[in-house]
Amino acid sequence: MTGIEKGVFVYTEVTDGAVNEVTLELLGKARELAGTLGVGVTAVLAGDGSFQPWRQLYAHGAEHIILVRNPALARYLTLPCVRALREAVVRFNPEIFLFGATPVGRDLAPRLSARLRTGLTADCTGLDIEEGTGHLLMTRPAFGGNLMATILCAEHRPQMATVRPGVMRKCVTEVSDEPEVVVIDAEIPEADMRVEILDTVINPPVRRNIREASVLVSGGRGMGEAGNFAQLERIADLLGGTTASSRAAVDAGWQPKDRQVGQTGQTVRPDVYIACGISGAIQHLAGMEESGYIIAVNKDESAPIFGIADLGIVGDAASVLPALETLLRAETA
Amino acid sequence: MKIVVCIKQVPDTTEIRLDPVNGTLIRDGVPSVMNPDDKAGLEQALRLKESAGAKVTVLSMGPPQAEVMMREALAMGADRAVLLSSRAFAGSDTLATSSALAAAIRKLEYDLIITGRQAIDGDTAQVGPQIAEHLDIPNISYAEQVTPEKGGLRVKRSFEDRYQIQRVRFPCLITALSDLARPRYMTPGGIFDAFRVRVVERWTDADIEADPTQLGLDGSPTRVKKSFPKSVKPAGVVTHAEGRAAAELIVGKLKERFIL
Repeated sequence: MTGIEKGVFVYTEVTDGAVNEVTLELLGKARELAGTLGVGVTAVLAGDGSFQPWRQLYAHGAEHIILVRNPALARYLTLPCVRALREAVVRFNPEIFLFGATPVGRDLAPRLSARLRTGLTADCTGLDIEEGTGHLLMTRPAFGGNLMATILCAEHRPQMATVRPGVMRKCVTEVSDEPEVVVIDAEIPEADMRVEILDTVINPPVRRNIREASVLVSGGRGMGEAGNFAQLERIADLLGGTTASSRAAVDAGWQPKDRQVGQTGQTVRPDVYIACGISGAIQHLAGMEESGYIIAVNKDESAPIFGIADLGIVGDAASVLPALETLLRAETA
Repeated sequence: MKIVVCIKQVPDTTEIRLDPVNGTLIRDGVPSVMNPDDKAGLEQALRLKESAGAKVTVLSMGPPQAEVMMREALAMGADRAVLLSSRAFAGSDTLATSSALAAAIRKLEYDLIITGRQAIDGDTAQVGPQIAEHLDIPNISYAEQVTPEKGGLRVKRSFEDRYQIQRVRFPCLITALSDLARPRYMTPGGIFDAFRVRVVERWTDADIEADPTQLGLDGSPTRVKKSFPKSVKPAGVVTHAEGRAAAELIVGKLKERFIL
């Protein structure tokens, strides 16, 4: 087993007593990177110590665990968490430190990188090790997804990156024992408690998270009005999937923000993505082009969505969708 | 209350097109705009000015052409505009950018700093929290709603599936979501004054007393190694079909993929 020093660190993000999916995805990638470098993978958790998902983290690729512990770390607050992670970094000098590009990771990682005075690359879609130098090659979309850029942080350590949820693939192995856990008891000074949480409100549960569905039936401006999404929902139900939408449909108020696929929404890679009345702006394509199979229905033959569709149907969604629903009902009856 | 709002001039990325032949970015004719999250942050600052009384300074790091955006901010109601412009800032990554902006902010008085959550050309969301780190003040990212309180703010902080009500005392920094406040239009009188009467102050690296090793390329730990157009996957089958014929094509493919 490889050591904890100079390895690959993954920040363990926890919500409501569960490890976030993106953390598990990052562990899968970290294992690959660490394998190339010949170093170890460490999951770093900042908390009060009551939550101990060690076996789960181990099964997903963490050979080592660092728990930075203090009662003030029970809930995520920027300053205490930055201090906690800095403790872990200065003690074990990781080569690489990965974070989910979540509303927490995108708050925490920038501040930590500034404190460590090292580089941070946001929203990476590809991570590799450069041959010869061993540097981390961090690839991310730029200019609203119009271009890809590969970023290097050659002279500073750790090399820090955030990765959007749904981009990397989890890798689970059977484990029968528990990993070694290093506990660091952090001191959190009063000065770090300058932000106070008065209340936490969970938004009413909408539908299933679009990143978890294996089939997404997605609608855009070409759906014409909010009411037409009910048909997409029925079709999605018949296929065991859920609905998604383009930014245009969210901006029009037809669909809630949590349905939005794309650069300013979420990245999805379902087995099948059915795009209905979506022209396929580059920002939308950036969020779904990795889908297993893409079906597009659009009236406009020149719509860019047809450029990446495996099956493109030039036709009116208002005519195709009712027929599709009828046929699916017959097939699944 | 003294508020500094950091704003950035960005290409309107929704207008950027790729050259279909060689896959390069067509930048010609792409309009420049005030970054949307920053503009919402400026609007929020102007509302605080109206409801609680404040002096609003806009600060930007960018080329001389960004002056147009600074005048737009003045026309919306900002009291002072400072544009940081120097060759010394060329090649800055987010860390070097935040170092320069933080050094400039130290020269200004502030209780509250507002930045946009992220810029549409970079999408990093890093500069705001990094400025707060350099100034050693607390930050609240992803602000969706802001209410002034005695000596501080109450902020609705957005997360993926929830929000928190957080309280912070001045001095502090918040990063604004574009939902924070819908920006107002410039008034005709405001435009006239902003372009004919008001001054955009030009500062260089010499004005901000920053450590030169933390600016520009020297102060940037990250480098762009290469940039390239996205690989385009081969197009599939495109057919004209309506109604049942189209539905049968789709169902056929779903069966092939074992979805049905």
